[in-house]
Amino acid sequence: MSGEIVLEGRNLTKHFTAARGPRGRFGRRPPVRAVEEVSLALRAGTVTALVGESGCGKSTVARLLAQVYPATSGEVLLRGERVKAHRGPAFRDYRRQVQLIFQDPFASLNPFHRVRYHLARPLRIHGHVRSSAHEQEQVAELLERVSLTPVDQFMDKMPHELSGGQRQRVAIARALAVRPIALIADEPVSMLDVSIRLGVLRLLEELADESGLALLYITHDIASARYFAEDITVMYAGRLIESGDGETLTQSPAHPYTKLLLESAPDPDRVTAPAATRHGEPPSLIEPPSGCRFHPRCPVALPVCSERVPGRTEVGEGHWTHCWQAEETALLR
Amino acid sequence: MNVLEIRELSVDYQSGSGAVHAVSDVSLDLRRGEILGLAGESGSGKSTLANAVARLLRPPAAITSGSVVYHRRDGEPVDVLGLGRGELRAFRWKELAVVFQSAMNALNPVSTIGDQIDDVLRIHAPRMSRKERVERTVELLRRVGIGADRRRGYPHELSGGMRQRAAIAIALALNPEIIIMDEPTTALDVVVQREILHEIRTLREEYGFAVVFITHDLSLLMEISDRIAIMYAGRVVETGSAKALHKAPSHPYTLGLLRSFPRLHGPREELLGIPGTPPDLRSPPPGCAFHPRCRFAMDACSLRRPELVPGAEGQVACLLNDDKGVRQ
Repeated sequence: MSGEIVLEGRNLTKHFTAARGPRGRFGRRPPVRAVEEVSLALRAGTVTALVGESGCGKSTVARLLAQVYPATSGEVLLRGERVKAHRGPAFRDYRRQVQLIFQDPFASLNPFHRVRYHLARPLRIHGHVRSSAHEQEQVAELLERVSLTPVDQFMDKMPHELSGGQRQRVAIARALAVRPIALIADEPVSMLDVSIRLGVLRLLEELADESGLALLYITHDIASARYFAEDITVMYAGRLIESGDGETLTQSPAHPYTKLLLESAPDPDRVTAPAATRHGEPPSLIEPPSGCRFHPRCPVALPVCSERVPGRTEVGEGHWTHCWQAEETALLR
Repeated sequence: MNVLEIRELSVDYQSGSGAVHAVSDVSLDLRRGEILGLAGESGSGKSTLANAVARLLRPPAAITSGSVVYHRRDGEPVDVLGLGRGELRAFRWKELAVVFQSAMNALNPVSTIGDQIDDVLRIHAPRMSRKERVERTVELLRRVGIGADRRRGYPHELSGGMRQRAAIAIALALNPEIIIMDEPTTALDVVVQREILHEIRTLREEYGFAVVFITHDLSLLMEISDRIAIMYAGRVVETGSAKALHKAPSHPYTLGLLRSFPRLHGPREELLGIPGTPPDLRSPPPGCAFHPRCRFAMDACSLRRPELVPGAEGQVACLLNDDKGVRQ
């Protein structure tokens, strides 16, 4: 079913140091603990989803995997080999294999340049073209792949002449220009209109399927993850809390936060509205709660939850969670 | 019992390359105490419509025709579009309040939350004493779930959800009859969004105001609204109760929107989506503006523009429904 592991993060941790703000003890500024011990594997031809609220660290994970900045600890493996490529030729080589797509297609294209320029540049920089005719041919092929047809018409358009969905397709074509093996899509459809989203997601799905790309789909919308990803991993306040195949995770979630997320998502099919209780808001990552980071908002918290970080509990085949409650039930079984 | 009646309202944006018809010929009723959902894609005219009703439009936008009538609980109907400066000042906030999309931008960053509520009270209810105003401020914040000590907090000290609550508290300050909420929860997380929606419903029960709730998220509207109006290319294409629209949408566009949302439960139904892109409003397609993207389009659709006519439940503007109705 799923192919070999292409890109993997092992125990990735990222602490940011604030450039300004009050100093703590010893004159140091306290770090923002954005990501703690995140392990994630992307397989060829498979869509993996990373789901979480804004500020939970999902984009930081994307950037760590893309080598935008170094991890505080932990490692990134590309095809099983450890990589550290943050600048120079090594970075360029890495970028040829791992590409990013961003949320905002209005900001990620240069407003002064035509579509042709956006696609030709990566082709030239990464040495995929022999002549200008060859370049033209490849640009046309890329546009064809993302269904921006008639190709001749789109090639000479400026970004402002395109709709949001079309711009995102150009951004996807640009990422494909270098012929990557892994693609990281950070909220690729959240800025697009509902009627447009589906087309862009389908395109990404097809690309993973046909070209054998390993795709990481980062989103806050768990329902779309259910439709487009095989595996879903849920993140909360910088830590992974649950992972499993899409159907199992959305239909029988194990972690109370996943349950809360599913209950809160708008769903017109719901018969009765979920009980409304105030759950408070996500915690500060400068001083994260001790133990399980979800315990202050958790409806079923145990005393141990505030003391120790829960380990990984297997709750089914390929389905695991970090939760003391699940740990207890597993012990009783 | 209608609290607001919009009749044949049209709004144009004047631009160099011709007028953009952002809202064309919209007629809509808002009943007392109901939550009316206004849904549509970006550029469908939903925000322009709301701003026209609140008289917030500025050139190059201009209301070219139509009327908006507000009915007080007791007394004469008010022609909203004809209000003068002073009357408008009395109308806004006391009768009609607005909560904007981004509370981050709607709140004044250099003034505390308490001061901003106080500001509204001082200007619109000059007879209140300072002590009464402070009491009212604390009461309002408590009602939306913000502790009284946060009164002295600045917007940047509050989280996104808190800021949106504060914006709602300001809207509630003078007990308006109508609150227009323009994408009030788009910037929030689902968990916080759920809490705010619940808050809006409870406050509505308590105070009895009517809400115009604008969003592009139809699944959200289905949960919160009593009635829903769907807009496409500046026109209302379907209205109906949330239940009816969910069960049996009559317009192909509504059906397309509904089938664009991945579902959380039940079988993984195939998603239809809507092909193509929204039209350019400078030169909308002839006939029904939706026909180039419509799966059920007939020859007549590009020739004749369907009128919004009463259907089985609510109203619909589609030639298909002139005789039989949309097949699912």
